[in-house]
Amino acid sequence: MTLKEKTKILDKESMDRTLERIAHEIIERIKSIDEIALVGIKNRGAHLGVRLADKIKNISGSRPLVGALDITLYRDDLTQVSEQPVVHATEIDFDIEGKKIILVDDVLFTGRTIRCALDALVDFGRPGQIQLAVLIDRGHRELPIRADYVGKNVPTSNKEVVEVKLSEVDGKDEVVICEKTE
Amino acid sequence: MEKVIWTKKDLLGIEYLSREEIELILYTAQSFKEVTTRQIKKVPALRGKTVVNLFYEPSTRTRISFELAAKRLSADVINVAIEASSVRKGETLIDTGRNIEALNIDIIVVRHNCSGAPNILSRSVAASVVNAGDGWHEHPTQALLDVFTLKSKLGHIDGLKVSIIGDIAHSRVARSNIWALGKLGAAVTVCAPKMLIPEGIEKIGAKVTNDLDEALEGADAINVLRMQFERDSVVAFPSKLEYFKQYGITRDRLEKCKKNIVVMHPGPINRGIEMSSEVADGQNSVILEQVTNGIAVRMAVLYLVSHAKKRREQEKV
Repeated sequence: MTLKEKTKILDKESMDRTLERIAHEIIERIKSIDEIALVGIKNRGAHLGVRLADKIKNISGSRPLVGALDITLYRDDLTQVSEQPVVHATEIDFDIEGKKIILVDDVLFTGRTIRCALDALVDFGRPGQIQLAVLIDRGHRELPIRADYVGKNVPTSNKEVVEVKLSEVDGKDEVVICEKTE
Repeated sequence: MEKVIWTKKDLLGIEYLSREEIELILYTAQSFKEVTTRQIKKVPALRGKTVVNLFYEPSTRTRISFELAAKRLSADVINVAIEASSVRKGETLIDTGRNIEALNIDIIVVRHNCSGAPNILSRSVAASVVNAGDGWHEHPTQALLDVFTLKSKLGHIDGLKVSIIGDIAHSRVARSNIWALGKLGAAVTVCAPKMLIPEGIEKIGAKVTNDLDEALEGADAINVLRMQFERDSVVAFPSKLEYFKQYGITRDRLEKCKKNIVVMHPGPINRGIEMSSEVADGQNSVILEQVTNGIAVRMAVLYLVSHAKKRREQEKV
């Protein structure tokens, strides 16, 4: 199976503007930065979490707490995948008790990753509230989960794959829709 | 790390692992170490799996460590105490294994006084087999937790000088450590009285010396092994005091070594025989960290091997 690039949905500038807007929305809904913490879902969500924190600092003057969550051990398809996924470290070095946690991920699809993240997160304590910020919402939910902050809604088919590329991992910033071809 | 894929059903010894596989275990263990520091020290990765601890030799710390590791992965654990089992009635290892398997067990952790027993068991059962020490052959998870501890202390293994001091002849820990350190690029020296050096040990990559000062000079770390005076086979040294004089690690000796030399011991320690209390409880000692790290390393091993059975079930379909 190969992937054929179909359309570019975001480039470097538009991705940056989108994140900027999400940062503003987050600030709009809170009283002070101290009450929130951003937790990115590894791998790319973690980088987006850091970027959002930097933007919130630029706008408001103070930087929220940032952590990164690896959800591998909580996946519900561990008994189905053919290769044991590599487990990465979770880095949450603050107390989440009572905090308003904003989960950050690149693409919201079936919702199963977020389900795992919720399970993983409550093992760290009892947050006051959990919200979700995603760069792309591509639909096809299999669980009753929705995002509180969405960068871009993108209608997709099941044959398509949304690829988010970030300079921290992939060397450039862009989001493309690819199609699976045999 | 993304590219290495674990394919082995069992962990029988370090000898059979590649450098990449060892590094994958260490990387995975690093992630599990974070889990063991949480308030809720439990993840659901092995939910619904069953692990049997099959111990033909007495062991407290290794068994507890494996049991905790399995429980923190949410697996169910059964401990089989051999004294109370049908082995006393003459059942063979293979039959015991097959019976355990008929109970739909996923992972068998086995300790046996015969070298190679886990290898035999692994060939006769579909369940994963993890070697928790077999005779004088290997004790792979001990070596893995030793290199894990060393790596977290010094940052790397490549290029280190590590000396293993003590009863090399009767030590599976020594053997597994020589393999692991060698594969990760460290230079290994073993040091003991002549009678406690097994023939051919240099063939698996260790330099041999009978002189403790030579072993300590320039060493980045030492792994001090337990003198097993309780074993009848150890008549190789006349007295405990004599051993301590010649091979015991004392503060005086340590002061001549590298300042940050790491002192390890697989436990249980004979204070005043292999090392003095000052050294065992001193700044350079990482003995208790080894115990803590043992759980993370064993979690990583159980997590990785647990998948192999799944893979073969899929292939059957």
